[in-house]
Amino acid sequence: MKIHEYQAKEILRQYGVATPQGIACFSVDEAVNAAKQLGGDVWAVKAQIYAGGRGKGGGVKVARSLDELRRRAGEILGMRLVTHQTGAEGQIVHRLFIEQGVRIEKEFYAGMVVDRRQQRVCLMASSEGGMEIEKVAAETPEKIHKVFIDPIAGLSQQQAQEIAQKMGIPAQSLPGAASLLQGLYRAFDETDASLLEINPLALTAEKQVIALDAKMNFDDNALFRHSEIVALRDLDEEDPVEIEAAKYELSYIPLDGNIGCLVNGAGLAMATMDIIKLYGGNPANFLDVGGGATTEKVTEAFKLMLRNPKLQAILVNIFGGIMKCDVIAEGVVAAAREVQLTVPLVVRLEGTNVDLGKKILADSGLPIISATDMADAAQKAVNAAKSKPSSCGCQS
Amino acid sequence: MSILINRNSRVMTQGITGKTGQFHTRMCRDYANGKECFVAGVNPRKPGEDFEGIPIYATVKEAKQQTGANVSVIYVPPPFAAAAIDEAVEAELDLVICITEGIPVRDMIRTRYNMQGKKTRLIGPNCPGIITPDELKIGIMPGYIHKKGRIGVVSRSGTLTYEAVAQLMALGLGQSTCIGIGGDPVNGLKHLDVLQLFNDDDETDAVLMVGEIGGSDEEDCARWVKDHMRKPVAGFIAGVTAPPGKRMGHAGAIISGGKGTAQEKLDVMESCGIKVTRNPAEMGKLLKSVL
Repeated sequence: MKIHEYQAKEILRQYGVATPQGIACFSVDEAVNAAKQLGGDVWAVKAQIYAGGRGKGGGVKVARSLDELRRRAGEILGMRLVTHQTGAEGQIVHRLFIEQGVRIEKEFYAGMVVDRRQQRVCLMASSEGGMEIEKVAAETPEKIHKVFIDPIAGLSQQQAQEIAQKMGIPAQSLPGAASLLQGLYRAFDETDASLLEINPLALTAEKQVIALDAKMNFDDNALFRHSEIVALRDLDEEDPVEIEAAKYELSYIPLDGNIGCLVNGAGLAMATMDIIKLYGGNPANFLDVGGGATTEKVTEAFKLMLRNPKLQAILVNIFGGIMKCDVIAEGVVAAAREVQLTVPLVVRLEGTNVDLGKKILADSGLPIISATDMADAAQKAVNAAKSKPSSCGCQS
Repeated sequence: MSILINRNSRVMTQGITGKTGQFHTRMCRDYANGKECFVAGVNPRKPGEDFEGIPIYATVKEAKQQTGANVSVIYVPPPFAAAAIDEAVEAELDLVICITEGIPVRDMIRTRYNMQGKKTRLIGPNCPGIITPDELKIGIMPGYIHKKGRIGVVSRSGTLTYEAVAQLMALGLGQSTCIGIGGDPVNGLKHLDVLQLFNDDDETDAVLMVGEIGGSDEEDCARWVKDHMRKPVAGFIAGVTAPPGKRMGHAGAIISGGKGTAQEKLDVMESCGIKVTRNPAEMGKLLKSVL
């Protein structure tokens, strides 16, 4: 799960991490009032969307008067912000964050992720702030310093100070930087975060080290013990199809192609997308119906796929283990009837009760294209998608 | 010999009284030597009871002492599953197989930390388990699709492993042992660990290695294969078409910061002498070609 910058900063302040003073706003008037309340004569007007790269996309502006702030807030609020992370369609800005201006001397980077090889949280820090860290890693890897944090002892004062020194933070600011880094780790650990990124981490003219930006993601598997994090969820930022899918415990990710896939198991679902591509087609989605697919689940899965106007064929690929092929076949037939399927449907069943499953499909009277194996299924789905959708509709 | 488990393993089920634990304990017990091998269950609230004749103990330690069980399989719900692994490690079992999906990463980091220097090996979590065909099945895979043979199979997924096994079977190739190491980012045995075991196993002639996007386990494994593996390895990586930054069902199946792509893994595997295919329908054929 992701949250907004202003929400992340609120969490971080609870762990003693210094940030500029700021107020989240939903309208231009609120923004102007926020600036008055914050005082001073320079403010940052920041679009609040989950995606990164907001500055480059025009979603972060400086205002030096209340008039300018009103203008900037009006420009950003409601804009369709396109960044390298949003895709071409961009993301509409519904929330603003007004922050007091800060005089910055130098920008740094600090981030935390779970390192899979070390099986620990890794603190990454760099003197190169305000840039994409992937770019720094590719071009000047020697400028990224890492600490793998002991999960029991945590990040020690000494480790934190050493890495702050390597980042190039001046001596007088080292204690402050170290305590900030320690606060970041405690926040990461205690909230079950999966990613925390401060880019930039700033050294102010007053030699204070502060988090100028903040990004936090959380481990979905740990949300059951963090109602305070779940409460921050902003559904405007999430794909409505993915939200709908989650309701039925379906793992669904929309893609650009025209062949829908309904598969049991994540690995097999990816492999199904891959083989469609390999045979010259384009997958319209990733969809894992999981181990306990019921008729209801399969029906919802069909409905999700059919929302896609580009859809020209559906490929169902099931390897029945515990989930029996006859049960899934009944689900497919019921679902196809209920949703009045208008695109060709290719079904490949394998595994437990496969013959019974195939018989149910054949006896259904529906124009279901049966496939013998994955290759056959992919080939048939690609061919079906290429032929005109109107000529092979299967209204039942 | 097979690897990790055989007819002499003695198994306890942690979470034997839950619906999933009951169902799969029954299926495993009914497969090959399961009846002799499944000897105990654990539930702190139901000691002294039994599940269809399998005695239930309050703790892993007690179950081990009373029955000689050396392996455990875990179906405990996610909030408590890491603690269940900890208990099995503390009791010094040889092997723990954690089927549970959805364990917080933070819990697994601590569990893996606690496992340092301990003898227990962990398979999973979020995995289908392990099977030595015609001897013993510990997990949720359909037993009947397998047959004893000389091919080792290791994979991060469930149904894709069954698919691979079915392709081998269609070509008449049985398996020595099949292991699903699971789809989580922080887990127990990696591809590399499993290939080391297969390398030393007299009854394994070749290995089919199935991976997916995310992390760098497959690359680490491939580099080891290049220098040490004495047996042919064939491989497939799922997710060539997966978009970056999206979690593809498995918690660990994500391309982040441009790292962990299928293409990158396939390239490294190929450069290390592993035969790879980009076609998931040809995993079996590819394996046969390297024999």
